[in-house]
Amino acid sequence: MFGLLTLDAVPLDVPIVMGTLAVVALIGLAVVAALTYYRKWSYLWTEWLTSVDHKKIGVMYIFVAMIMLLRGFADAIMMRGQLAMAEGANHGFLPPEHYDQIFTAHGVIMIIFMAMPFMVGLMNIAVPLQIGARDVAFPFLNSLSFWLFVAGAILVNVSLGVGEFARTGWVAYPPLSELGYSPGVGVDYYIWALQLSGLGTLLTGVNFLVTVLKMRTPGMKLMQMPIFTWTCTFTNILIVASFPILTATLALLSLDRYLDMHFFTNELGGNAMMYINLFWAWGHPEVYILILPAFGVFSEVISTFTGKRLFGYTSMVWATAAITILGFVVWLHHFFTMGSGANVNAFFGVATMIISVPTGVKLFNWLFTIFRGRLHFTTPVLWTLGFMVTFTVGGMTGVLLAVPGADYVLHNSLFLIAHFHNTIIGGAVFGYLAGFTFWFPKAFGFKLDERLGKCAFWCWITGFFVAFMPLYVLGFMGMTRRLNHYDNPLWHPYLIVAFFGAVLIFCGIAFQIAQILVSIKNRDALRDHTGDPWGGRTLEWSTSSPPPFYNFAQLPTVHAIDAFHEMKENDTAYLRPARYSPIHMPKNTAAGLIIGLVGAVFGFAMVWHIWWLAGLTFIAMVATFVVRSYNQDVDYYVQPDEIERIENQRFPHDSAHTNNRAQTSAKHAQQLAQEV
Amino acid sequence: MSTAILDSQHDADSAHEHDHGHDSGDMTVFGFWLYLMTDCILFASVFATYAVLVNHTAGGPSGKDIFELPYVLVETALLLVSSCTYGMAMLAAHKADKGKTIAWLFLTFLCGLGFIGMEINEFHHLIAEGFGPNRSAFLSSFFTLVGMHGLHVTAGLVWMVVMMAQVYTRGLTPQNTTRLSCLSLFWHFLDIVWICVFTVVYLMGVAQ
Repeated sequence: MFGLLTLDAVPLDVPIVMGTLAVVALIGLAVVAALTYYRKWSYLWTEWLTSVDHKKIGVMYIFVAMIMLLRGFADAIMMRGQLAMAEGANHGFLPPEHYDQIFTAHGVIMIIFMAMPFMVGLMNIAVPLQIGARDVAFPFLNSLSFWLFVAGAILVNVSLGVGEFARTGWVAYPPLSELGYSPGVGVDYYIWALQLSGLGTLLTGVNFLVTVLKMRTPGMKLMQMPIFTWTCTFTNILIVASFPILTATLALLSLDRYLDMHFFTNELGGNAMMYINLFWAWGHPEVYILILPAFGVFSEVISTFTGKRLFGYTSMVWATAAITILGFVVWLHHFFTMGSGANVNAFFGVATMIISVPTGVKLFNWLFTIFRGRLHFTTPVLWTLGFMVTFTVGGMTGVLLAVPGADYVLHNSLFLIAHFHNTIIGGAVFGYLAGFTFWFPKAFGFKLDERLGKCAFWCWITGFFVAFMPLYVLGFMGMTRRLNHYDNPLWHPYLIVAFFGAVLIFCGIAFQIAQILVSIKNRDALRDHTGDPWGGRTLEWSTSSPPPFYNFAQLPTVHAIDAFHEMKENDTAYLRPARYSPIHMPKNTAAGLIIGLVGAVFGFAMVWHIWWLAGLTFIAMVATFVVRSYNQDVDYYVQPDEIERIENQRFPHDSAHTNNRAQTSAKHAQQLAQEV
Repeated sequence: MSTAILDSQHDADSAHEHDHGHDSGDMTVFGFWLYLMTDCILFASVFATYAVLVNHTAGGPSGKDIFELPYVLVETALLLVSSCTYGMAMLAAHKADKGKTIAWLFLTFLCGLGFIGMEINEFHHLIAEGFGPNRSAFLSSFFTLVGMHGLHVTAGLVWMVVMMAQVYTRGLTPQNTTRLSCLSLFWHFLDIVWICVFTVVYLMGVAQ
């Protein structure tokens, strides 16, 4: 009846897990109670859960990403805590089987369920606004993508309380991940969580490519798109080209595990190295999927806060294109030790080093934008400057690792761990946090508290260096990754330092949370009335904050790069049309939510071999899709009088007021200059 | 007054064109085409896997021992013919001939069903003889590659049933025509993939 699932699957004897579950259950109950008490269920349902509005979907993505950041960080600090203790006779507080699940969960969560949704969330909020579109190309598909991702996140979290998670590391290399060596359900949770969220990501990639290619506002040429949109476009190309490889690879691994096939087994002709090749044919583009939009954020931030057009717009686009292509021909550097021969290793080593060239071009573009500009040291700028320093260090250790000879020494050592945290935290995460602070006022209508934001930044960056520089040293000292205990007393002091680094990062996260809470409390003082709190240059700042659900009452016409800046120069930024035209908008739908949640149950049933439930839920997913295809009542027109009403709230008096508004905006920019 | 109404109507239309509408035909077809390209990469990954594992027979049979070309040729013919009949269905749809569209769709469906039936029969035979996907890495990749194509065709058949029902109840609305175009892309795409399967798996397998 319930497949492999029995009551033994709940780890009642592991206090850490049960304690966590109790806290989560309490928080869950509190949220449900609050929603009921304040009668917010229907608000939640109509305004958020069933919404197909890209801005709201973006906010939900980032909300989930932040929850998952907390979970992933809890894993991280447990590992650092364990290693600060577990030397010699002391075996720490985590037994190996639990520790192995923790480092796997940490990797999977941080990459797939924190960084990816954070990036997709920013893309959702900013890209349609930047190209002057009213929504994405397929709004329902966008909602479906989000809920498929949530289904994956649910599975990862359920694995904490029911059964176990994989003990294989986030890459799940066979033969370890095969049934013979991982007989539990951990790897199956891993597979289905990644499959569901991966499908969501793939659909997002298709959706945003069509959006960018087909829905740009009149006049906007490709080479006039804001840089963030460009970097997201390349990211989407990478998603579309690489995620199917992950889908295929995981499908083959599941066939090995479920149907006794022999793709990656040791027996009967299987080839485990093929998995590793396929995995990294997705995995390496994946790191560029994460980093490119962060590069885009930095570009927007730097040009906005220096008040200058980005230096070398064209070279920035082409550098991104070069990285996109090169990102596909370097996958083998993840396993030089496979032993594919000197020539093959040399090719991939050289290709890897070449990537640092376009990346260097970008760095110089940012530096030259700052050069002779008037840089305002706001929080997003601090993140950007912190990134430029940190990422350069990470890039250089990357070039070092790209030398196959050096890699043979450093492969799977803590040097590697330090390197990729150096690029992912110092590159992607700093970028997302910069983007978060930068676009927060656009999404919510008020700015985030600057002082707390700066505190968060300084804790994060010092915490990062304190936590990871010792790991470089430990790598040279021969410490390998994924150890839960060691006998070398020389390593101990470095690991204690690293633990304190993690505590500093924790302070950074705490400041970040405090920043959000304090800003919500002081939202009236932080309110952005202009829609343009930073003196922005691109179209998202031309509409109100938060934008009306249709984004633009009248689609802007674009003639140049930095279109909104040009409009402000020409005094055409706040003109109102004589009358509005009806706007075509999609209606809310619960279909994405239903398919996503049923998908989570389907994944759960597959994990536990509950075949009848798996069949039933699969049919339910298809049926929901088919039933929705019968629904023709999926869109409507917003009538001019309603647009008029909404726009009048933004322009309270009459069109004579528009000049005042332009002045307000200018005054605002001055104020900003004085503040910093 | 009447011109004002006409004007506002005109504005509504141009606004519709400006934001290209949601689910408007060409955008949907383009999006679906992009999705097909991702599907193509999915197949490419499994093709590559097959190419790596084709000689890993682990003492079991190789392609030469188990493939029956004449049988597969009939299968192939069925699928190729179904592409032609789908083309006829699209021609009928563009002529707004609802009855003929459904008739051609039904014929396509029958060909596709025949193809799937023959494939299941082939699989059944192989497994009964002890040459199932768990016998060797070669057979794992063979069953997976051919089976994945078969699952796609099955999905196409389900879609075709839904389309026949929708065309029957609603007629050839613009929405239905768009969906028929997408299914058409899908169906021809599967044909192309099958030609690769036929060549790489069966013809090259027997020639070895």
